[in-house]
Order: sequence, then structure tokens, then C-alpha cells
Amino acid sequence: MSLFVASALYTAVAVLTIGVLWKIFLYARTPVPHMIAVAPVPRTRLGVLSRLVRETLFFESLFRASKWTWLFGWIFHYALAVVLLRHLYFVTDPIPAWLGIVFVPSDYAAWLLTASLVGLLLRRLSVSRVRYISSPSDYAMLLLLLVIGASGLLLRYGTHVNIVAVREFTLGLLALSPKDLPQNLTLYIHIFSVAILAVVFPFSKLIHFPGYYFSPSHNQRYQ
Amino acid sequence: MSALYNRIMKKNVSPKIKERAMSHGKPFFETGNDQSGALVEGWKEIAIEKLGEIADSNRGFRLFLDSCVKCGACTDKCHYFLGTGDPLNMPVARQDLIRGVYRRYHTLSGQLFPRFVGAVDLTEELIEDWSTYLYQCSECRRCSVFCPFGIDTAEVTMAGRSILDAVGLKQKYIHAVLTNVHKIGNNLGMIGPAIADTLESLEEEVEEDTGVNVRFPLDEPNAEVLLVVPSADLYTEPHVDGLIGCAKIFHQAGIRWTMATEASEAANFGLFVGDDSHMSDIAERILTTAQNLGAGQIVIGECGHAWRVASSYWRSLFKDGMQGFEQLPEPVHICEYTHGLITEGRVRLDRTVHDSKVITFHDSCNVARGSKMGDQPRDIYRIPRELLKAACENFVDMAPDTICENTFCCGGGGGLLTDELIDVRVSGASPRVHALEQVIEKYGVTHMAAICAICKSQFRTVLPHYGLGTDMIVSLHQILGDAVVLN
Repeated sequence: MSLFVASALYTAVAVLTIGVLWKIFLYARTPVPHMIAVAPVPRTRLGVLSRLVRETLFFESLFRASKWTWLFGWIFHYALAVVLLRHLYFVTDPIPAWLGIVFVPSDYAAWLLTASLVGLLLRRLSVSRVRYISSPSDYAMLLLLLVIGASGLLLRYGTHVNIVAVREFTLGLLALSPKDLPQNLTLYIHIFSVAILAVVFPFSKLIHFPGYYFSPSHNQRYQ
Repeated sequence: MSALYNRIMKKNVSPKIKERAMSHGKPFFETGNDQSGALVEGWKEIAIEKLGEIADSNRGFRLFLDSCVKCGACTDKCHYFLGTGDPLNMPVARQDLIRGVYRRYHTLSGQLFPRFVGAVDLTEELIEDWSTYLYQCSECRRCSVFCPFGIDTAEVTMAGRSILDAVGLKQKYIHAVLTNVHKIGNNLGMIGPAIADTLESLEEEVEEDTGVNVRFPLDEPNAEVLLVVPSADLYTEPHVDGLIGCAKIFHQAGIRWTMATEASEAANFGLFVGDDSHMSDIAERILTTAQNLGAGQIVIGECGHAWRVASSYWRSLFKDGMQGFEQLPEPVHICEYTHGLITEGRVRLDRTVHDSKVITFHDSCNVARGSKMGDQPRDIYRIPRELLKAACENFVDMAPDTICENTFCCGGGGGLLTDELIDVRVSGASPRVHALEQVIEKYGVTHMAAICAICKSQFRTVLPHYGLGTDMIVSLHQILGDAVVLN
């Protein structure tokens, strides 16, 4: 089973990396025929950079558009970032000293991550306009992320799993010599969901990151 | 309709979804006796191929189709959705008409799991929806202001319309206008002698009114300014009053200016169908005329999308720089130009003539979201307002979520200013008219100034549907012109 999980993760990482690089290449190669930045348009490089940074950090446009979506979406992305940082524990050796800072916040972040996903799902279901524009894949994406979040919480607070052994396994993956992975159904669910997410990433709407940075309506300026 | 409008707008909530509420709002198409157009043979393959070509040649288009996360931010931002409740007028749903087909034929996920990812086959029914709902978008880009990724529905609409053109469905109004401008030189099809006559009679009219001989020069060489206006400014109210205002300001400031028979149209409907060759042909006519007449500076008159094309597209339409037009300075918007004259004190304004008026300003979508003025990002909002305040003591703005970059389209832009779309136009105007009604109630607003020929024509037509007078809508340069102290 460990070997199977290992090959699944190798495949997922390969698809994710090649897929995202291919998409970036595709966007970079496709010409921008005209100046279509949405006003008010920055006049300087610094202005454009500031626009991209503000959108990335604060979701400025979304904030103006819809407060609930902004709240859930913003919490989700930040919580995800914190939780991902914590997972560096599994892939760094030695563990960087600063990583200790995120350990306590990431416990809260994991709950917020899951809660915000429930919020996003409820909004998608309850607002008729949003329900109208939703495809099965839009729900599936949220459910997949919910499975990842919930199984992660369960691994942290419910079922006992030896995370030192999990770390041995992931470090083994990085060294291209997979070790044994603890036998735990929740852990398998967690890892497989992440693998699926990684595989669909380049082929789905998840490509909005890094795609956004190629958006001519935000990443252009008047000379 | 007005009951729906009241319910929606007075309470300021987005409307309940009413499926197919606007499915009857379809424009006429060229060819075919029933004005419904006719698909060419092999239309399906042509459409799919053209869709792929556009995705390969326009990064924005591809990215916008790929990266929408269906967050819903745009769903209650379109004036046509707010006015009709038809869900296909939600920007994301409009994009999905195209996105579904792109997914089906040009992406892996759509080929493998079409239903799961919302990919759809290209059918005649879908083409029917395209030809209806792509013409219920005025390409005003309000939705893109609220999209976290800046997804621009106008790019999708333009692409979709160019595909419709390619499969034989050419929207009648837009293509009639394009034929006029290519053949005769302006959208209205006014021939040279008619233009000369009009300008002559305007000269007489102004002299009668003011006792001053304000000239309306035509085709004069080596002028400082070549003024290029939408041809409506030569023909109809209140547009023509704006042109008179410009002439008075130029006269008083002592500017040597001219208009030109060969550049008698600022508008560029090539933009509306996303067709670069139409766009560059129309633009080239203006640039060549300026060159031939030895004009010092091209000034674009009160026309929203004309200014978008001139300020954002001219450079890229002529790929190698301006291709022989390099010696011409960048075009300037009439507001920026007259703002300069007034700031420099070259024209004096008497505000008392407007003391009985309370004026508000309608930001035209193409200026407010697709162009530049001055040297600061927000000068496109500041300059027109400063002009109005210079001419009138009583200026008030409408609600903040309906002006500047958040402005609502008049409801008639993007090639929709045609009689058969009157229902679409009236309901699409409702968010703007509601904001106007609020300031009428609160501040006693008497006039709304605009800087776009389409806006002015549209409001002249639709304001009576809301119980408002047609004379409420005025040209910005009419307000200025009336206040100019002539001597």
C-alpha cells in the first residue's frame, strides 16, 4: 500500500508541475492584442504591481462586489496558506526554526479552513444566482476540499496517527526511496484527496492561480 | 416592466431570477427575408475553429474562459440582469454560453467529462442564445470591475459576435453602420455637401443667438486642432448643442481648428464586433486625414467608445508604431483639451446662466472603464466634473456605486441602439435611471450631462418610459458653451 500511495503522489506532483508549467507557457505565449486594462488604470509599473498585490492580499475587487463571498473566500485562502506552511514539517529536514511560529495558529486555521468551505458551499446552494451558474464540478471542488479539511482535522484531533512516521515517509519520497506509511484510513483519504486535487489543478478553474497574474485587465498600464 | 423595476431598484436588491424573461430581445440580422439571418454551410466547424483561433491569439480571452471560479461576484452587477432578471444576463452566465463550447471542443476536461464541467455541444439552439444574449451585452465592462480576476465579459461578447459574423449571422444595425462609414465616411451616411451645409447653418444659428460670428471650419489645412466628433453631433439633439459648445470655446480661446469631411466620424463600430480590420480601417481614415490636412492635434469629441478606441486601440491597431503616423501627437479627449483652455484662463465662463439648473454627470462606460485622460488614473472622472463645476454652481453626483468606475451603462451601448431592441434598452437603463431619480428627489437635479452620442440618443428615447423629460439629457459641452463669455 505504501508503494501505491507513493506512486500516486509522484504522479500527482508530476501532473501538477508539468500541467501548471504548460498553462503558464500557454498564457505567456498567447499575445495580448490590445490595451484592455480596466480603469482606473495605473500609469506606472509600481501602480500595476500595487494593483496585483492588493488583489492578491486583500481580494480588493471581490470585497467591493460581495461581502459574504469575500469573507469566506479570503478566510479560506489565508487559512489554506497557513495550513500549507505547517505541512512543511513533512518535507523539510532539518525543520526550519521559524516553522514553530505557525504551529498554534495553524490549529485554528484548520478549523477556519473547513468552516469557510462550508460557508462557500452554503452560499453556492442558497443564493439562486450562484446556484444557477454552478456546474457539478463547482460543487465537487468544494466537497473535495472539505474532505481534505475534515480528514486533516480528524488526523489532528481524532484518530491517532504517528506523524513522525508520516514524516519519514514523505522525506523518503523526496529522497526517492519511499518508506512505510502508517496504516490509517483517514490518512489515506487525506492523501488521496490531495492527490486528486493536484491532478485536476491545471485542468480546472483552480488555474486562476497563477493565471491571474497574466490577466490583461489588471496587468497592463497606459504608457 | 416598471413594477418589476420599482421592486428591484427601490429596495436596492438584486432581482429574482426569471428564466428566459428576455429571450424575445433579439436583434435583426442581415440576409434572409425574415431578418433572422441564415447560418452558412459548415457553420459548426467554422465556429469551433474560429473559437480556437481567438483563444490562441488573445490571452485575455483564453484566461478569462479558463479561470472563472464561479464565485458569483458579477452576477448582480449587469444593468441588463438588474433590469430583466433573466439569468442569462448575469455576466458569468453570458460568458458560459461561449465557455461551455470552448470547454467541449478545446479542453481536455470538457472532452472527457462534458456534463460534469459544464461543457456543452454547439447546437443551433445555442447559436440562437448567442445571437440573443450576446446582443444584450453593451460591452460596458461593469462586471469586470467587480471580478477578482478582472474577467472582462466584453472580450467574450466581442469574440462571440465575431464568430456569429463568421457563420453568417451579421447583426443588421452594426453592419449597416459599418457599411456607411466605409462607403461614405460616417455612421449616418452624410455626404460632404450635407456636412458643409449643416456647419454653415450652425454658424448662422449661433450668430443669431449671440451676435458673434463663431466659425465652424471644415477641411481647413494646418489647423491646430482637428476635431473629430460622432456624426450624430451634426444631426440630432442634444448632440449638436455639444458641438456648438466646442465651437464657442475654440472661438473664444482663439484656437485655429477644423473639422474634416473625410474624418466626419469619431465612432468605431468595429470595436463592437471585435473586428480589428474594421477598427483599423476606420481609425486610419482619421489619421490619414489629420496628416493630409497638416493638423497639429487630433481631438476626439463626445463619443464614449470612440475615445476608448483612440486612447487604447490606435497604437496596437497599427502594429509597427503608428505606421507613418508617428509625427502626429497622441489623440486628446475634448474634455481634457477644453479643461486645459479653461484652467489656463483662455476662456471665461459665466456660471450665472445655469443658476436655475442642478446638474449631475453620467460617466459613459467606455470612457470611465476603458480610457485615459490627463496623467492620473482618476483624471477620467475628475476632468469632466471639474468642467461642469466650472460652468455651473449646482453640481451633484449620483450614488457612489453608480458613478466613476462603477458607472451604469445607459443601456444602449455596444451596438444595441436599434429599435427592435427597445425592451432590452428600456430595462437596461433602469439602474441608471433609478440613480438619477434618487438625485432628482434629493437635490432637485434638473439635467444630466453626458459625453457620449450613444448615451444621449439612448436617454432621449428611454427617459420618457420612466416619466422623465427628454430635455433632461444634455451634452457636457452644451453646458460649457452656454456659459462661455463670448466677445
